[in-house]
Amino acid sequence: MTAPKDLLTLRDVSLRRRGRAVLCDVSLSLGQGERLALVGPNGAGKTTLLKCLNRILTGWSGSITLAGKALQAYRHRELARWMAYVPQSPGQAAPFSVEGFVAMGRYPYQGPVARLSRQDRQAVGDALDLTDTDSLRDRPLYALSGGERQRVMLAAALAQEAKILLLDEPTVFLDPRHEAAFCAVLARVHRERGLTMITVTHDLNRAALMHDRLVALKDGQVAFSGTPTSFMSRTELEAVYENPFLLAPHPTTGHPMVLPEAPA
Amino acid sequence: MREALRKASANLLILLGILALLVVLVTPFIGMQTITPASLFSAEPSSMDVKIFWRLRVPRTLTAFLVGAALSLSGLTFQAMFCNPLATPFTLGIAGGAALGAALYIRIGVVFALLGISGQTLSAFVGAALAILLVHGLSRMRRDFSMAAILLAGVAISFFCSSFILFVQYLSGFTHLFQITRWLMGELAVTGFAAVRELAPLVLCGSAVILAMGKELNLLTTGEELAISRGLNLRRTRNVLFLTTSLMVGGLVARCGPIGFVGMMAPHICRLLVGADHRRLIPATFLFGGCFLTLCDTLARVLIAPAEIPVGVITALLGGPFFVWLLISDGAGSTGFYRSNAT
Repeated sequence: MTAPKDLLTLRDVSLRRRGRAVLCDVSLSLGQGERLALVGPNGAGKTTLLKCLNRILTGWSGSITLAGKALQAYRHRELARWMAYVPQSPGQAAPFSVEGFVAMGRYPYQGPVARLSRQDRQAVGDALDLTDTDSLRDRPLYALSGGERQRVMLAAALAQEAKILLLDEPTVFLDPRHEAAFCAVLARVHRERGLTMITVTHDLNRAALMHDRLVALKDGQVAFSGTPTSFMSRTELEAVYENPFLLAPHPTTGHPMVLPEAPA
Repeated sequence: MREALRKASANLLILLGILALLVVLVTPFIGMQTITPASLFSAEPSSMDVKIFWRLRVPRTLTAFLVGAALSLSGLTFQAMFCNPLATPFTLGIAGGAALGAALYIRIGVVFALLGISGQTLSAFVGAALAILLVHGLSRMRRDFSMAAILLAGVAISFFCSSFILFVQYLSGFTHLFQITRWLMGELAVTGFAAVRELAPLVLCGSAVILAMGKELNLLTTGEELAISRGLNLRRTRNVLFLTTSLMVGGLVARCGPIGFVGMMAPHICRLLVGADHRRLIPATFLFGGCFLTLCDTLARVLIAPAEIPVGVITALLGGPFFVWLLISDGAGSTGFYRSNAT
């Protein structure tokens, strides 16, 4: 089950918030370059888990080890060089230009002097190139469409040059074309940089196609952990979502896909 | 076009710098009685002109500049920290606490001084510090307190302080009542350099700290979670900014009374002029805030001379319309901050 080289290991991670257990004894481990899909019903604790990894949320119990060192032992900037985050909501319509915003991803590398080094500018340029946002660099953030903004959020995370990318429903507001483009960028990033990715998603079909591993959370507990294809069965799906599922093989790959039920 | 923009805002910064220099050099000559440079240098050192110039005008100009600059910078910092365009240090009860401290000192009437700093200043400072500790303590009591909740708690503390001041005033005799009211109006009239000596280190150190945290302020404006994920030590950053601005504003308000408005408007005006990047916005706000209050104070001295208008009256009378004009002008669209997408 465990990948050859453990990059990130969670053991019995639990978190209580407002008297309610949001995460309960979550254990999982992730190897270098692995792509993990985190699925499960609404409120299962998927986003919470990402935020614990990121240290946006603290106060959990259990242990999280990153590259052999306890997560708590990392300094903030050091952790940011390991992990970058693409949040679910478009965030605040901050009054910055695309380039200015993406350059903020270089924060963990900068000293007290505010100037960008040549290396910083290089990283920003690469991130803009990789996400096809180079032509937007002077545009203000608030003037972008949803698809463009999401690519810029990814560019900012890439400029951070972290080894692990945490994505929280990155394509949820995108139309099919932008979704496809965004996924293509992710695939390219994975290919070229070998990044480890953890993606929270409700899109089971994409989760199955684009990831090496899948973990399903239910009520804060790990309900399934294995390959995406083995999750795509009626028994597994129905156990996690408590909902009937209709499956059919993908026309080209043969993977099982979820289909919407025809209305009665 | 990017280069052009960058250059334009760099030029604006230089322009603001020159303006600041001019303002500081020229305003001491203006007043109820105009002093010419010639009379300053030709007259003997004990002449009235020389005395007025060095003992009253220059210290006052410097005080006004420092106070304006520091209040504006604190406003800018709080707006970024709370992601709220209406946040000022005054909204968080700092001014309220300071005013209450000063009012109580005046009412109790025990005169004392410590290390050359007057008891009134010290009491006001203690009041400000208590208000800050209260707001800060509240925010630590619950980990999940949102910034909006902290802001509201600050507003509540502000109101509590104002009511308490009214109560103290109600219990006060006529002399005390007048002293308290006068203090509440804000006062930039100083004699000699004592005030400047007290304020300058506070303002300059505080501003230097804020200036060094431009990147952090930028990150804060993009939202807390994103800022943390970019490696910002949120708690430490917040503590440093909170402490710095509080000390600075506490000291200013203790000395000069609650001069409002500058702190809220100057950062917005500067954002419209140089954009939202704090690395430019911080120096711009410092310079603009300083110039603005100095000019307002000069007007306050000359408009109905020999009487003086309280400077707080002028800042809002002038700054309000100017700000609204900037807001509705086309330039405001270019920062996005001030435009809704729905039309």
